[in-house]
Amino acid sequence: MKKDIILSGVGGQGILTITSVIGLAAMKSGLRLKQSEVHGMSQRGGDVQSHLRISDGTIFSDLIPMGECDIIISVEPMEALRYIPWLSKNGWVITNAVPFENISGYPPISDIISELEKIDNHIIIDAGEVASRINSPLSGNIVVLGAASPYLEVVSSSSLEDAIRLFFSTKGEDIVEKNILAFNEGKRISEAIIRSKK
Amino acid sequence: MNKLLLCNEAVAQAAIDAGVSGMYAYPGTPSTEIMEYFISSEEAAKKNIHRQWSSNEKTAVEAAIGMSYAGKRAMVAMKHVGLNVAADAFMNVAVTGVNGGLIVVVADDPSMHSSQNEQDSRFYARFANIPCYEPSNQQEAYDMVFDAFRLSEKYRLPVLMRLVTRLAHSRAPIKFKTDKNHQKNITLPDDPMQYILLPANARKRNKILIENYEMVRFDNRLSKFNSFEDGKERRMGVIATGVAYNYLKENISSSENSCPILKISAYPFPKDIVLGIFSRCEEVIVLEDGYPFLEESLRGLLDNGRKIYGRMDGTVPRDGELNPNIVARALGISSNNYTPVPSVVKPRPPQFCKGCSHIDMYLALNEAMRQYGNGRVFADIGCYTLGALPPYKSISSTVDMGASITMAIGAADAGLVPSVAVIGDSTFTHSGMTGLLDAVIKKSPITVIISDNSTTAMTGGQKSQATGMLDKICLGLGVEPEHMRVIAPLPKHHEENVGILREEIAYNGVSVIISRRECIQTAKRKRR
Ligand SMILES: Cc1ncc(C[n+]2csc(CCOP(=O)(O)OP(=O)(O)O)c2C)c(N)n1
Repeated sequence: MKKDIILSGVGGQGILTITSVIGLAAMKSGLRLKQSEVHGMSQRGGDVQSHLRISDGTIFSDLIPMGECDIIISVEPMEALRYIPWLSKNGWVITNAVPFENISGYPPISDIISELEKIDNHIIIDAGEVASRINSPLSGNIVVLGAASPYLEVVSSSSLEDAIRLFFSTKGEDIVEKNILAFNEGKRISEAIIRSKK
Repeated sequence: MNKLLLCNEAVAQAAIDAGVSGMYAYPGTPSTEIMEYFISSEEAAKKNIHRQWSSNEKTAVEAAIGMSYAGKRAMVAMKHVGLNVAADAFMNVAVTGVNGGLIVVVADDPSMHSSQNEQDSRFYARFANIPCYEPSNQQEAYDMVFDAFRLSEKYRLPVLMRLVTRLAHSRAPIKFKTDKNHQKNITLPDDPMQYILLPANARKRNKILIENYEMVRFDNRLSKFNSFEDGKERRMGVIATGVAYNYLKENISSSENSCPILKISAYPFPKDIVLGIFSRCEEVIVLEDGYPFLEESLRGLLDNGRKIYGRMDGTVPRDGELNPNIVARALGISSNNYTPVPSVVKPRPPQFCKGCSHIDMYLALNEAMRQYGNGRVFADIGCYTLGALPPYKSISSTVDMGASITMAIGAADAGLVPSVAVIGDSTFTHSGMTGLLDAVIKKSPITVIISDNSTTAMTGGQKSQATGMLDKICLGLGVEPEHMRVIAPLPKHHEENVGILREEIAYNGVSVIISRRECIQTAKRKRR
């Protein structure tokens, strides 16, 4: 049993947060993991990614080999596409639809969405809309995590919720509850998308 | 207990568990989290472990030498290029030897994710004749710290521990050791001459150093960090060092007919175990995340022995970090087909934060410099280096920390007047102050802009040594008070700031302009 996950986005969008939440949940579930992160220069608005490997066996490489990633979870649509070479044949891409346009010449969003739609297994969700609807504009990353949760398999939704509680525990009850809500909204929407596709 | 830690954090926790008394560092990716862990550790606070940022890597190493002189365990951490700054102290503490155990942790950055070069610190250990440990995973790094302190105290040598970005910044569950070492008491060196490197004594110490180095090489035959796994498929053997071992195992752990593997993580490496694999296999491939350090010495100058594959013959790319796919290709294993990145994807380089004070400084500087043309602004290393990119394109150099002021001096000496230096506050106290003294003494016609955001922003906002003291330092170094100006880089002051810059750039002597506004990230963190 193993899951190789790439989490992607732009520096400052909260990639490390959702990586840590999944990592915490995996630890609590007694699994092994390696979690490779980007710290440093790219965190200043550049492209960032984490490689998260979860398994019940020994994990050697900190980096996921190309073509072997089970899930790409992205907080930004163009950043989801950047890691396509890592995606396995049956892999899933779960991404936010809202672009983060901090470069000149950012491609038209319709071109990006149509590339994403070429991938067999994809969920595209407007995390920004969801986050502002539940009045928690900074929780877009957790909405995307919720949308990805049905595909994580090695960690259950309830263990992810526990990890969210633990991760945000120092920030107060209000922040914790907003993020739990964000998680569940993301999950609900992604499950509805799956049902509609079937 | 198992805890999910970055390798950098695991190294820090290990030092705490091994009874370290002092931790010294200057920030630098990918090493910064070692000291950050110490600073936020309640355990380190309770044990009263000394843990404060130093002004630069040299002062950090020297303070650690002092801690070790007093008989206590010390650790110092830096990025690879930091060891260049600390090299004088580092090379000479090899000759003095240590008293309390001393570990120098150096995090290399193959592929230069956040650095100017990809120098391989194993050469420094070799250069200084000291042992080097190169862990392949987080747990091994944790365990090695205990062994490194013991080794350091056994042979009275400093030990270099080499990490690479991918390991330093990867998390894994760590099992802590329960054997809690006590911090040691002050015990001065037995030999009162040990640390006095007058030539006559240094010559004696140097012989001891060389002898000890060879003893470590001998001991390393049995080091648990150098291991041999035999295999059925004996045509080709593999020698893998540090994290290269993981990429190797990633590719072959499931294969039935594995080849003999020699993993090397403790240097200097003994001939015997290398001979072991050469006696079994016709050919050997060498995998190293860094320079072809081991490969070059195995080949020797004549390179007419056994068939060796590696970076030097192109089996592995000559530069850049390794990864599982590169190693698969080198081993001749066909990896999965993969889809290329779609062409709509555009590069997304790092950039200034919205509202960054460096932006307003550059906008004013560009305007003030327009009349002189391009190529006269020497910059330094920090967030403000991003001023090289469009739309600013304000700077012409970024070489090493502190080089802005001194390059401006040299260019002015050559007749390039005016020459301007742009340097950050942390970089200024790291290694800009001595350059400014040179300029003052020589009356160089240069203008120095200290872009003071009152933090070390590039590496995540660590304390900047001289926050609140920069004006006094510049005046103390002899800058004339009338040419020491302070500006507030804000759009509303743009015209005024351009005027001040124009005046000082036109001045035929040393002028310093401190452009001061708090880092937007620090300000945000404070508001939370
Ligand atoms: C010798 C050396 N040590 C450390 C670093 C890592 N490093 C790069 S920039 C920087 C500090 C920058 O701080 P400052 O000059 O205040 O500029 P800011 O990033 O705050 O704009 C550090 C520590 C380096 N490149 N070289």
